[in-house]
Amino acid sequence: MRTNVVLETRSLSMHFGGVVAVNRVDFSLRENELRCLIGPNGAGKSTFFKCLTAQLRPTSGEVVIRDFNVSGSESHQVARMGVGIKTQVPNLFDGLDVEENIWLSASQSASLKRSRVITSEVIERLQLGDVRKSQLGSLAHGQRQLVELGMVLAGEPWLVILDEPTAGMTQEEVIRTAEIIREINKSATMIVVEHDMQFIRMIARKVTVFHQGQILLEGDMDEVSADARVREVYLGHRKTS
Amino acid sequence: MKRSREINSLISIGIVGLIILFGAPLSLDLFSVISLTTAISLAILALSLGLIWGFGGILCFGQTAFFGIGGYAYAIAALNFGGSTGAIIAAVLVAAAAAAILGYFMFYGRLSDVYLAVITLTVTLILYSVIRRTSGPEYKIGIAKLGGFNGINVPPINYPWDATQFLYPEHVFYVAMVALLLAYFLCVWLTKSHFGRVCVSIRENEVRTELLGYDIRFYKLCMFTVGGAIAGLGGIMFANSIGRITPDVFNLYNAALAIIWVIIGGRGTLIGPVFGALILFYLTSFLGRQAVVNINLFLGLVLIVFVLVVPKGIVPSLVELWDRRKSRRMTARSARRMRRRGRSRVKEVQVED
Repeated sequence: MRTNVVLETRSLSMHFGGVVAVNRVDFSLRENELRCLIGPNGAGKSTFFKCLTAQLRPTSGEVVIRDFNVSGSESHQVARMGVGIKTQVPNLFDGLDVEENIWLSASQSASLKRSRVITSEVIERLQLGDVRKSQLGSLAHGQRQLVELGMVLAGEPWLVILDEPTAGMTQEEVIRTAEIIREINKSATMIVVEHDMQFIRMIARKVTVFHQGQILLEGDMDEVSADARVREVYLGHRKTS
Repeated sequence: MKRSREINSLISIGIVGLIILFGAPLSLDLFSVISLTTAISLAILALSLGLIWGFGGILCFGQTAFFGIGGYAYAIAALNFGGSTGAIIAAVLVAAAAAAILGYFMFYGRLSDVYLAVITLTVTLILYSVIRRTSGPEYKIGIAKLGGFNGINVPPINYPWDATQFLYPEHVFYVAMVALLLAYFLCVWLTKSHFGRVCVSIRENEVRTELLGYDIRFYKLCMFTVGGAIAGLGGIMFANSIGRITPDVFNLYNAALAIIWVIIGGRGTLIGPVFGALILFYLTSFLGRQAVVNINLFLGLVLIVFVLVVPKGIVPSLVELWDRRKSRRMTARSARRMRRRGRSRVKEVQVED
């Protein structure tokens, strides 16, 4: 069972002053899984995400990716292990064009020749051909999110961690993103931190519910949405967005 | 289209550079050639700041520190080695090493931009105070006395590996101009390379670059070191054109001036800072000859006007203006063509009728 666990946290805690954002979380993810992390605002999802990607150094506990403890690492080292990361706020190179954005991601690990090929493949796959020469800053929000997804793809990761990939997207874009995520999942293990229940329904196999910095429940979507506690903490408090 | 224009502008910069290189000593008197050499040495400094600030996003308020270190290292090494060839190489290396050491602590300590600006400025001001206090004969390195605020008399450049043959000021001009051209094209090459493009991405968004797996500390350190080496090269040329290096290179006025050159010339371009330095150098030396306007007052005014009216700087604004005129001409032409086509179609229709 343990052999194909690719990511694991052991008693992971993150404190900010007196606030406990993540409280002794044991989490494990197996190869090729597509896991959704949900939970109300302030449940600690994003802090958990930042600990996984080494943007934050946990107060205590460990994050282990493929038998390698990354709790003390820098985030570029985590990315170098083949982990594709997308943050909650679009983090892009606004002054550069779409092609350059994706190329910069591809060329981190691939050769210059190969990264040009990857770049055009990704642009084609995400149907961004019309805007390939446009500056990122001039694009609509949904397109920017797509480009960021493209940057994750271009790194050819084996593990993909996405924080709210559909924030601010139109319904069509959400459907398209769900398709892309399912496709990425064919070749990569994934963690998706999300807010939008409809979207989770489209992609989810197994869901982990966060509440007050701890894991409240883990199970498939039906189990989770049938659970009374989840209804209370999450669906009951669901924000209208 | 964009690419071919880039190549064209590089070729024209190269040609203009060569014309100045060969034309200036023939057409100018000796005094003008010497002052042009000084201007070129400052342009090299401006170029180095344009590189690290414009393409690496590193606002170094004390780029003059490496310029001065280059000048001093050259003077000290040339006096001790008894020749300039090794001294030039040593001075560039010393300036680069100084930048590397300072950069290591700043970037690996993850200083934010504001602190970085403050620290680099402080470093140059510390150098200014320290070197000013070295006037006693006990302050010497080898046989070179540091000379306090009087500075060091700089031995002129000699032919490579032949210390008996000194270069005349006209020849020093050739060396400085070639140094500027080489440094410029080195910077162009660097900004087009994978390394340079990653540096631009760091300027755009540090977090993103890091999450793509690039060690931004390392990239910034490399960029900063290259900038330090180029600034040092400028310092060597400066020391040679003046014939002396004094602690004044480290003072606040010069540190601020370098920033002003880049702002006026255009951040994000390489030729802009070079222009900025040349224009301001000649403007201030012109104003220095009259007594109506205070130079510093005027410089302050120029800076305010630029920040308010031409925030992008001269070169980017000129390029934009040119593009707009061109596109207007293009649309006018295509509109005329459309009208003509429309008219002929009307004729055809009438014939058919």
